[in-house]
Amino acid sequence: MIKLTLPVSEDVVRKLKTGDEVYLDGDLVTGRDRVHERVVKDKTFPSVSLKDGAIFHAGPIVAGDGQTGYTTLAVGPTTSMRMEKLEADFIRATGVRIIIGKGGMGAATAEACKKYGAVHLMFAGGAAVLAASEVVETSGAEWTDLGMPEAMWHMRVRNFGPLIVTIDADGDNMFERNKKRFAELKDAALNKYFSE
Amino acid sequence: MDEKKEKFIGALAAFTDYLSKHLPDDILARLKEMSDSESVPHAKVMYSCMSENLRLADETDRPVCQDTGLVQFFVKIGTRFPLIDCLDECFREAVYRAFKSAPLRPNAVEYPSERNTLTDVGDGVPYTEFELVPDSDSADVTVYLAGGGAALPGKAAVFPPGAGFEGVARFVADAMVEKGVNACPPLVVGVGIAGCMATAAKLAKRAALREIPSSNPRSEIAEQERVLKKILDETAIGPQGAGGSASVMAVNIECACHHPSSLGVAVQFGCWAHRRGRIIFDGDLNAEVKSHGGFRI
Repeated sequence: MIKLTLPVSEDVVRKLKTGDEVYLDGDLVTGRDRVHERVVKDKTFPSVSLKDGAIFHAGPIVAGDGQTGYTTLAVGPTTSMRMEKLEADFIRATGVRIIIGKGGMGAATAEACKKYGAVHLMFAGGAAVLAASEVVETSGAEWTDLGMPEAMWHMRVRNFGPLIVTIDADGDNMFERNKKRFAELKDAALNKYFSE
Repeated sequence: MDEKKEKFIGALAAFTDYLSKHLPDDILARLKEMSDSESVPHAKVMYSCMSENLRLADETDRPVCQDTGLVQFFVKIGTRFPLIDCLDECFREAVYRAFKSAPLRPNAVEYPSERNTLTDVGDGVPYTEFELVPDSDSADVTVYLAGGGAALPGKAAVFPPGAGFEGVARFVADAMVEKGVNACPPLVVGVGIAGCMATAAKLAKRAALREIPSSNPRSEIAEQERVLKKILDETAIGPQGAGGSASVMAVNIECACHHPSSLGVAVQFGCWAHRRGRIIFDGDLNAEVKSHGGFRI
């Protein structure tokens, strides 16, 4: 088990290996499809720097408003693969080092992780209250015009995890390897039952 | 009439709120079984996250998953059910109330403006499907919170009938390996077989909502459910696609007759947080909940 505090340096990130179990402390932001589009396509940047930081692919349920303060009620990961088309450019543009989400990501993201020194970590999908219980403060939101799930939320987390490294900064991609293995096992199972 | 309407809407709203925060008893039992028999280390980590998450959701009265889905109702409706003329209004109001009270995440997005209605109600949302029951004044309602992740790998196609069970099995297994990882396994797999794409898809949904464990009443279909489950488990996708010794909670198949020249096949997946509940109303709008032993109105 590895404990990291955000922001993280390139050196620290490059030591992580696929399969490692990680817990995070510090500030992160949420961002999914529309946040990626804003940064990469519209070249609009959020008010906080993401350099050496972490982005969580998640669309939370948040209670409260800007006046009374926010409480994150549930914030499980969303499918990271939807951001695959834009993630490499997002890493390059922001200097983000840790991407958190559900499932794995593709070759372009793995290549960018290797080039810029970043990693992708998975959080258990659907474990949204567990994740919310590890959010100690929800300090604000921007781009709320995108709606609650798509806005960028600023959160402080403590003992955020367990997270499993699925892409490391060598570009090793656990889900790509798994996907090949699952496909081989599937073909073997089908051929066994339908051989005659 | 207004009193009955209020009773119906109030119970539906309270139940929808409750089932966003608690999984049905049969799913809890199956998850526990699968977790107890799992030995792969990453898979064990995932199961312990799920069980801790369920404990926290209950303790803090929060939705199990932030994706509270689009609410859907599948109703066996008596032709003499007292509220039969205002069902649409009742279901919409119930969803709106659950959205406010739970709260559910605003998930109804208009196409193509991408505007979120911010109420979980909109054109065609909530989705409702009815089966008429003659000579009855009751309503047997299955409520389902249809999440986005579980919808993503869903697929339908039409084959020549010669494709047979092998064609069906390959189609389902391919869909699951292609995108099932992101649907939050272990999955519920609903398969529909009928004459065209739309009818097969409807049956696939019905299959995904069947109780667990249950078998198709026709023994040759029950045998296909058993074989397909074995094949899908052998993919070793495991919980959350982290690898594991079992990957599906159930495989349920529903079929109708097909056309001599076309075999429609559809597959509908459900995530581990399978938020499905069943509530039955009698003619006086007294409710009985079948799926969640802990629910009280």
